[in-house]
Amino acid sequence: MTEQKVTGHRILLRHRDMPDIGEFDVYTAQNGFETFKNVVTTMKPEDVKQLVLDSGLRGRGGAGFPTGRKWMFVDNNNWPHYLVVNADESEPGTFKDREIMDKNPWQFFEGIMCSAFAIGANDIYIYLRGEFWPLAKQLDEQIEKLKAEKLLGENLFGTDYSLNIYTHLGAGAYICGEETALLSSIEGFLGQPRLRPPFPPAVGLYGKPTVVNNVETLANVALILEKGADWYRSFGTPESAGTKVFSLSGRVNKPGNYELPFDATYRDLIYEYGGGIIDDRPIKGIMSAGASSSVIVATDEALDTQMSYETVRNLGADLGSASVIILDDTVDMRWLINKTIHFFKHESCGKCTPCREGNFWMQGLTDRIWAGDAEQVDVELLHDVAKNIQGKCFCALGEFSTMAVVSSIERFPEDFKV
Amino acid sequence: MNALQEKYAKEIEAILAKYPADRKRSGVMPLLYIAQREGGYVTKQDIAEIAEILEITPTEVASIVGFYTLYHDNPGGKYRIQVCTDMPCALRGAEEFLENLCENVGIQVGETSEDGLVSIEAVMCLAGCDKAPMFQVQTGEGLEYHEDMTVESTMELIESWKKQEKEG
Repeated sequence: MTEQKVTGHRILLRHRDMPDIGEFDVYTAQNGFETFKNVVTTMKPEDVKQLVLDSGLRGRGGAGFPTGRKWMFVDNNNWPHYLVVNADESEPGTFKDREIMDKNPWQFFEGIMCSAFAIGANDIYIYLRGEFWPLAKQLDEQIEKLKAEKLLGENLFGTDYSLNIYTHLGAGAYICGEETALLSSIEGFLGQPRLRPPFPPAVGLYGKPTVVNNVETLANVALILEKGADWYRSFGTPESAGTKVFSLSGRVNKPGNYELPFDATYRDLIYEYGGGIIDDRPIKGIMSAGASSSVIVATDEALDTQMSYETVRNLGADLGSASVIILDDTVDMRWLINKTIHFFKHESCGKCTPCREGNFWMQGLTDRIWAGDAEQVDVELLHDVAKNIQGKCFCALGEFSTMAVVSSIERFPEDFKV
Repeated sequence: MNALQEKYAKEIEAILAKYPADRKRSGVMPLLYIAQREGGYVTKQDIAEIAEILEITPTEVASIVGFYTLYHDNPGGKYRIQVCTDMPCALRGAEEFLENLCENVGIQVGETSEDGLVSIEAVMCLAGCDKAPMFQVQTGEGLEYHEDMTVESTMELIESWKKQEKEG
């Protein structure tokens, strides 16, 4: 794959090809906000939802759920509706939403505005992690600009549709990336997950039907509506349409965000774009979805695997939010799982016992194993504890804490020989 | 009207206007940031006043302070240097960076310098993994990121704060 081919594929990181697209006037000169106007003045919400469903767009926050289908679950017998944008971006290894909102903000705004129209929402909340404070300030100023341009407010373009956007800053809690915890956080409660069902499209923010979507997901929407579902499906694979921003980090020469179609392989990402491994060392493992992913053994077969929702699964891992962390032969897996467990122990919200107590217990074990004070039975116990947490947590995040532990012990046994 | 409300009347009004009228409680996180602005931490008095404004109990407000890492109930340095040492940053030298920085500043992780200017903390992922070593600086006024840092560039930053303090 050549750089040229990929340049033509950029949908979300268009600012890299059009450096001033962050300027409002430059964006509007590229027909910016024309799509929003067309959608509001000529389309029915149902048609917008159908088009997004047809495009094959799937949630980029990690779960990969079809976006159009989620929108169709919104309960039309209960009003008002809300759109909540998940900009919590807290998974270790993930730093894509930050770049999109910072450098390509108007496309992001146009996407969320079209999406709000589709689900019949008049209010959008953008929930940003507290660390994105300067970014929230920037977005607030841009919201004022949109109001002044009459792209937000009452009776837009002479229709009866009204729309407002508000930012809400978190304050440092990984759990708030979980959609129901995020909603509780906006409501002023502890950011702890709620029992699902009911899912947010039925009972969400303030008990009203709500769609929660990731920044990257929604940043696609305006271009899909402008260019059509077939255009979008011309990128990627049948089950994973479009492009994805891969956040590449770890032991590579050129870490960063790379937007590639889903049919690109790990080898493309790591060696062609990421400049290969530091000091040309051998690659050892790939974490495909941040700290919450199973570790993939970096065989030739794995490296030649396409990074799509359906193919990464064949490697015993998930595409997730596509935060790809590279491990070389200097990385000891005992160290790695000690790091991930310290993260999850710190971030466990405390609501459910398997996650709260399980991570506490796992931390004791990984500390001992990494310090070299453990016996073989401790490794077995750790594996057993992790396996027993699986399938028993209140939300997916508890589950995530076990992924690196179980896969590392099973796939890199030589690192755990005592 | 309590002291916090009097001091930031307009700002508080604008914050509460973001949420439905009967959902004032949603204002608790932004109000805590306001309370933290001057001293860099939230006092018991602030908690009581926020509770009064939002018509919830002080215990409920305090639980929010305890749950999130960016609210502090104890004074720290005027500038809190929060270094990410999470796994992706650690793979790019963040732990050595933190150790060397502490040595240069002459304090341990979690401590504040004698002049009260700088605290150094180790924190979880800040979404800056490709630009490690990196940290954020939290003050009462807000946060800013510093990426692709070295101990030298960080010491220069600290010197610039010292200079700023002297010049008042």
